[in-house]
Amino acid sequence: MSELRYEAPASLKAAAALLAKEKGLAKILAGGTDVIVQMETDLIEPELLVDIKKIAVLRKITAEKGGFRIGAAVSGMEMMEHAALCKSWPGVLDGVKLIGSIQVKARATVAGNLCNGSPAADSVPPMITAGAVARIVGPKKTREVPVEEIPLSPGKTNLAKGEIIESFFLPKRPKNSGDAYERFTPRTEMDIAVVGVAINLTLDADGVCTAARVCLGAVAPTVIVSKECAAALVGTKVDQAALDKLAAAASAACRPIDDKRGTIEFRTKVAGVLARRVAVKALERARRIA
Amino acid sequence: MSAILEKPGFNPDRKYKIIGTSPVKHDGFDKVTGRAKFAADFFLPGMLIGKFLRSPHPHAFVRKIDVSRAEKLAGVKAVVTRDDFPELKPGTGGGDMSRIAMAREKVYWEGHPVAAVAAVSETIARKALKLIKVDYEVLPHVIDPVAAMAPNAPILHDYLRTKGVKGPDAEKKTNVVERLELSVGDAEEGFKEADVVVEHTYDTKPMHQGYIEPQSSVANVSEDGQVELWCCTQAPWVYRDRLTEILKLDSAKIRIQQSELGGGFGGKTTFYTEPVAILLSKKAKAPVKMTLTRVEVMKATGPVSGTQTRTKMGCKKDGTIVAADSELIFQTGPYTGSAFTNAPQAMFTRYELKNVKTVSYEVVSNRPKVSSFRAPCVPQAVFGVEDVVSELAKKIGMDPIDFRLKNAIKEGHKTIYGETFTKIGFIETLEAAKACDHYKSPVPKGQGRGVACGFWFNRGGETTGTVNLAPDGTVNIILGTADVAGSRMSMSMMAAEEFGIPVDRVRSILADTHSLGYNRVTAGSRTTFSSGMIVVDATRKIIAELTRRAAKIWGVPEDGVIFEDGHCRPASSNVGNFEPLSMKDIASKTTYTMGAISGHSEMNVTGAGPGFGLHIVDVKVDRETGLTQIMRYTVVEDAGKAISPMQVEGQYQGGAVQGIGWALNEEYIYGADGKLQNAGFLDYRMPVASDVPMIDTVIVEVPNPKHPFGLRGVGEVPVTPTMAAVGNAIGECIGIRPRSLPMTPPKVLKLIEEAEAKGLLPKH
Repeated sequence: MSELRYEAPASLKAAAALLAKEKGLAKILAGGTDVIVQMETDLIEPELLVDIKKIAVLRKITAEKGGFRIGAAVSGMEMMEHAALCKSWPGVLDGVKLIGSIQVKARATVAGNLCNGSPAADSVPPMITAGAVARIVGPKKTREVPVEEIPLSPGKTNLAKGEIIESFFLPKRPKNSGDAYERFTPRTEMDIAVVGVAINLTLDADGVCTAARVCLGAVAPTVIVSKECAAALVGTKVDQAALDKLAAAASAACRPIDDKRGTIEFRTKVAGVLARRVAVKALERARRIA
Repeated sequence: MSAILEKPGFNPDRKYKIIGTSPVKHDGFDKVTGRAKFAADFFLPGMLIGKFLRSPHPHAFVRKIDVSRAEKLAGVKAVVTRDDFPELKPGTGGGDMSRIAMAREKVYWEGHPVAAVAAVSETIARKALKLIKVDYEVLPHVIDPVAAMAPNAPILHDYLRTKGVKGPDAEKKTNVVERLELSVGDAEEGFKEADVVVEHTYDTKPMHQGYIEPQSSVANVSEDGQVELWCCTQAPWVYRDRLTEILKLDSAKIRIQQSELGGGFGGKTTFYTEPVAILLSKKAKAPVKMTLTRVEVMKATGPVSGTQTRTKMGCKKDGTIVAADSELIFQTGPYTGSAFTNAPQAMFTRYELKNVKTVSYEVVSNRPKVSSFRAPCVPQAVFGVEDVVSELAKKIGMDPIDFRLKNAIKEGHKTIYGETFTKIGFIETLEAAKACDHYKSPVPKGQGRGVACGFWFNRGGETTGTVNLAPDGTVNIILGTADVAGSRMSMSMMAAEEFGIPVDRVRSILADTHSLGYNRVTAGSRTTFSSGMIVVDATRKIIAELTRRAAKIWGVPEDGVIFEDGHCRPASSNVGNFEPLSMKDIASKTTYTMGAISGHSEMNVTGAGPGFGLHIVDVKVDRETGLTQIMRYTVVEDAGKAISPMQVEGQYQGGAVQGIGWALNEEYIYGADGKLQNAGFLDYRMPVASDVPMIDTVIVEVPNPKHPFGLRGVGEVPVTPTMAAVGNAIGECIGIRPRSLPMTPPKVLKLIEEAEAKGLLPKH
């Protein structure tokens, strides 16, 4: 084991190069709310930390094609303070707001939340239902990848050595649509989701759901994008019958484990409960965001 | 013995100027600005960093420890193992303490220290730990105390035989340390008189004290064997005496200075880093600091005993309780010392009971040794008792507080442990609870209300202290008890009240072990009471001396001088026409009288007044998820006399919040491998600020006649009934009372389903 080195390059290219040539374990440091904790508890022993907070382009939220581009080093609090983003994607912000505490959110990033590879990450399900696309810069090429394709298994992502998420693109919010995210935790904050559900839906002029995306967190090795849940909503006015169908589909889609944070039985049941509550919230927002 | 113990001089008509106000704590500024020096803030030049190597196994023989590669690593200055500890017989107090500090024959829990390294940096120390080779012979382990009592359970200690067992079982190898029966009257006969009998079984889980400050110490051992030690502790003198025992030191050669305490709650009454830091420093010939990480705190410092209990009580139709019977199993970790005997003594001590039978067991298993926590081992037992009491009340159709009033003990009651109470405030507490706004308000729709009562003995014990008068008339107080919750300020207030001077002219500090005589551990809600006695006694000695000096200055007889409001005055105009002498007037001229003025006191303080409380809680339960929300919470408790009401409220609130955590979410989760899975605040779910409402308080004041100001300890009572109160409230809300802690959403959700199936779920 050699000494830990810390680098804070000013460009993405330099950062990618540092990561690509490192022989030992290299970790990207943004907020550090996962990496530093893992180092402190001996879960990882990196030899190189590449701090991306000094890369100006990664620290910005910019308007793009009616949507938003969010730099990978933008903190949760910076997202929460961006009025237009909050108005457009309240469900994404539901997820961001639930991460840790104010202090944690002042440092933590959505990119870090995703790259940590936890199926319980709060910002990931609503980013997926929003149709967020990550721009990944590598030593050789840049690629655009939908967020749901990035986590592979707990702690693992499809990012190759030397690749860094540069930003996320959140598309333009369609008319009459709304999104929401809720999680279940025994505590009000500083906790990890036992179950999380995100829903993004679009209504037509008659209030019929024309499109829906439903994501379940913490009930499988990676976030579940459930077509069955979406099908329960599409073509309905999101009435009681549709909500019952949604709840049943959500419970059926779960593939959870028993662990220190929850049981299979509990997670399965509460996934349905939350799906119903989240759909109602998304529906209200869709009606409001006309 | 001091006169104050015989004649405390409690005067119900005395009007206070300072007692009963809540001035800003003198140590408060440094705490909010970050200037306060906690143990880990201490640095010495040339200081090394010490780290522990801990067992990955819950139970194993330690065959061989090879430290040679670690010792050779550049920057490593010392390595310590069992070989550096004097050998003490296993199964003795010293032998157990030594083996908790460093494993000897066996490791007994995951996280048991097996070696330690001191190096020039933490990084090097951590690297060195990886170079130590330990050869383990892994043994079957047992975590659960009931499993540990089974006939085929893995045996932890070959030498252990159950104390209190007679007959053929007395010689069997066992994990049961003791069987204790404590009874009065004849419970079996008593139950024959009962119209209603209620009996249930309960389990509670170990919870951690959850202090924010991790254990930390700096040891500095000189070449001639003198030891200086800085650490966070509730018990500097106890640490000194135990360290001298296990390290074979003279008390004269070890000096311990306590730091600011970042929370203790009983968990800092026993040492972890200290003996190892001393041995490392001795070997390295340099100061060594050892600070535990949060994971180490969770894995290797004392949690609280988990329990399995069965409680049965019966009453007549008029509400008179006729008998009680309980069986209690306490988990203690791998060594005895859980203080489980508190439980049978305290669990029913609120009610006038003629027939009680209790049988208690203390059991070893492969988990960290338990440590004290507010009212050690009592809340676990009360969790059951106060459920049974509320159910009895319900069954005979009586209000739960009226039922408790009907059976409440009062002055003259002889307890199961032999003490006969003088004036106590239980009835007054119950009456205050009935009269408070919370209890008088209807239960909000969809919510459930629970009440439960608690008791704690409150303690006294050996205490010493000194009060010094400075030439400018200001006062400093040297205390030997720890300041776990603002006691320095309370002592300053008591001295200021006696002197009749502003509290800002008084400061209190915490002594090292060379500066005062023996002080018993700060625990048992004894400190404000015991050190308060010392301070008042020492202050009165100074006042007596001031009047002597004034008499001398004026040339009058001593009885011609009185002291009031910080001044010596002529007792009457007959004495002479003298201008009053202030404390400064006299203290600034001590060179010309008889030298400096100070008061000292030492006592084995007796007369601590027992404490009683009642908690009222309203909860809301989400019927689809089982999530419990605390909506309103009121603590009603007798403080005797609140020296600083704000600090008393803080004790009430803190106890309730810790109990709420224990009630709802806190538990140690072990895998089948015997390893702790939630060793951190993320998954060990203590409540956060947003989980609890503001806890309302009602301070009842029924003075303790044995204290000059009438105070009683207030620190332990407020955790004793909390889990029971929350459990009772959930029971009211969902129709079935949870009897297993923690009352987590999955468990409560199952009970809701059961209640629904049985038609017990209340309709909103």
